[in-house]
Amino acid sequence: MLVECLARESVDCMFGYPGGVTLPFYDVLYDCAIKHILVRHEENAAFAAEGYARATGKVGVCCATSGPGATNLTTGLVDALMDSIPIVAITGQVSSKLIGSDAFQEADTFGITRSATKHNYLVTKLEDLPRIVHEAFYVASSGRPGPVLVDIAKDVFQGQGHYQPVSSIHLPGYKVFTEGHTGQIKRAAQLMQDAARPLVYAGGGILASGAAQELREFVEMTDSPVVQTLMGLGALPSEHPNFISMPGMHGSYAANMALTECDLLVALGVRFDDRVTGRLAAFAPHAKVIHVDIDPAEIGKNRAPDVPIVGDVKRVLAKLNKVLSEMGPLDEDLAAAWWRQVRGWMEEHPLVAEVSDSEIKPQHLMREIDRLSGGHAIVTTDVGQHQMWAAQLIRFNEPRLWITSGGLGSMGFGLPAAVGAQFARPDKLVFAIVGDGGFQMSIPELSTIMANKLPIKIVVMNNGHLGMVRQWQTLFFNDRLCAVQLDCFPDAEKLAAAYGFQGSTVDKPADLAAALERAVREPGPYLLNVAVTPFECVYPMVPAGAAINEMVLGPPQAEAAAAR
Amino acid sequence: MLLVISLLLENKPGALMRVTGVLSQRGYNIESLTVARTLDPEVSRMTIVVDVDSALRQQVIKQINKPVNVLQATDLTDSPKVVRELVLVRIRTVQASRPAVLKEAEIFGGRVVDSSTEGFAIEVTGAPEKLNEFVDVMGSYGEIDVTRSGAVAITLDARKLKLQPPVPTGTGSKLEETVY
Repeated sequence: MLVECLARESVDCMFGYPGGVTLPFYDVLYDCAIKHILVRHEENAAFAAEGYARATGKVGVCCATSGPGATNLTTGLVDALMDSIPIVAITGQVSSKLIGSDAFQEADTFGITRSATKHNYLVTKLEDLPRIVHEAFYVASSGRPGPVLVDIAKDVFQGQGHYQPVSSIHLPGYKVFTEGHTGQIKRAAQLMQDAARPLVYAGGGILASGAAQELREFVEMTDSPVVQTLMGLGALPSEHPNFISMPGMHGSYAANMALTECDLLVALGVRFDDRVTGRLAAFAPHAKVIHVDIDPAEIGKNRAPDVPIVGDVKRVLAKLNKVLSEMGPLDEDLAAAWWRQVRGWMEEHPLVAEVSDSEIKPQHLMREIDRLSGGHAIVTTDVGQHQMWAAQLIRFNEPRLWITSGGLGSMGFGLPAAVGAQFARPDKLVFAIVGDGGFQMSIPELSTIMANKLPIKIVVMNNGHLGMVRQWQTLFFNDRLCAVQLDCFPDAEKLAAAYGFQGSTVDKPADLAAALERAVREPGPYLLNVAVTPFECVYPMVPAGAAINEMVLGPPQAEAAAAR
Repeated sequence: MLLVISLLLENKPGALMRVTGVLSQRGYNIESLTVARTLDPEVSRMTIVVDVDSALRQQVIKQINKPVNVLQATDLTDSPKVVRELVLVRIRTVQASRPAVLKEAEIFGGRVVDSSTEGFAIEVTGAPEKLNEFVDVMGSYGEIDVTRSGAVAITLDARKLKLQPPVPTGTGSKLEETVY
């Protein structure tokens, strides 16, 4: 019956790991068209489902057994919750008569995942199953998307019954606000008319609502500069002339200065995350704020807006564009003066990839990947230095190319997410850019990649350290490096060969381009281990607790001298 | 400040856990919480008193409205309402004080629900602040045990409950399937 429900939700593939209580489900799966991808760890099933969802906008599905299977999923669920990614997780539970008896492989999955999901269910009666599964898909994908878990008792899996179609979903307490208040939209348009230095601050909400086109129209109509958060990259193409860069802790000088100096901040599908705002009191201090978000709780959570608009950003922007087009053109002289200032900042401290003749700089690596991608490849990452350099230096000219663990910052995300993304988009070139730390958390998935002949290009940015933690120890803990050195990284060529595919290590700048080109040419998966400068730090950097215009733009003089 | 929230939630497994979970997860301090069924057995009414910074007031209401099973959470703090609480006090006192204890109980509108040679059990309902006074007064007569119900509140405004109508299945995923 579960398989029937999934099929009706147009599920074409799912990522999972079987176990005792899900055996009956897998027995049905044996005969059905839904493709089940066997991962090597349940956490990676959730990450892969996220990769699938992030690459397509469709609901990703993952499955695990009771007890350890379910607890292993939890990190992926929280990851999806933090980044508002629609996934449905199916877990097995011990037989309903055994629940509460500390049975073999029993865990209180329903209780454990309460705060890890947007909503969760425990199913102990077969007749509830279709309604609950359809509700789960609806809740996961509507409103502010998120993970929904359905925990199913073994006797429900075993139960026999005919699927009764569910025609409607009745969740009287689940409110989805989509339209946006017309009066507020008019007020927002008026603020646009009155602003001298408007700035668009766009985030993951644009991608979730599929508002890329509306955003583009808005930006072009108003000629506003745009900063896009880590979650929003690709909403407006990186090559669009109005795009400045990512703002925040490792954002560009221009993005952070524009935020600090703007007089109107148009916040679209963003949540004023601390990694963007820095010290909240000093964030966009001169700006009036228009905040559009589908989740009412995000509005006013961190910054009180002047014009709050609760709604689906796609619909709100469409209406706002209409109102603006009826109002007539904005003042071009004001826009030109503002752009002169913004361009000045961009030229003053551009984001450039440093290159050295003797060592491979991580920035150099990102520049080369960017060259091969041309703004059109899917790039997945873990969290840390490599993630920040990739976000700064790789172009994303379409939505849903950049797949990264933003809010939760999960190491080990990149590789399984690439598995999900490659399944979702077999036509796309997929780079999994990972650090040597995160890679070793997800190594088991090399086996999944090979078993499914996924042509993923795994690029390990290997600095021999947990780079970002090392950076903080260097900068804020007197360079007392503790538990950040990662010795004994495996030989990449032998490791890949052990799984049956190609791999190599590159450590000379002159060889980097050719090595990457070879990886891309290879029809199957490829593991490229890139030995980069071990002690590079990501700049600009806003120290924790500082205002975002108080950036550290480069290494302190002493360190710079030592590096020479 | 003390926020008084009246909340209707679907009587589903785990619904209470979701509400208390949101409060603890966001670091809001629960002062008291009561829950019981309404006329509709499918729906429970909670009265929650939380102690939060006044700047967080709207945020608390928004967060607590988020769980799928919460039908409506309303901030009653500044609205016309009646708030009542029940306290049961077990007092052990000397013979000489018994008349005085009974007199005090009468002043607070209390009812003696048990009497023994050692003392009384007294029930009082009233506004929570009034009960604080009663408990203080009783404490002055002897050793006491106290059980309080937590506040229950009812609004005196006519409020209409806004509920979501059913939606056809498959709506959510179709909304999200946007082709670029």
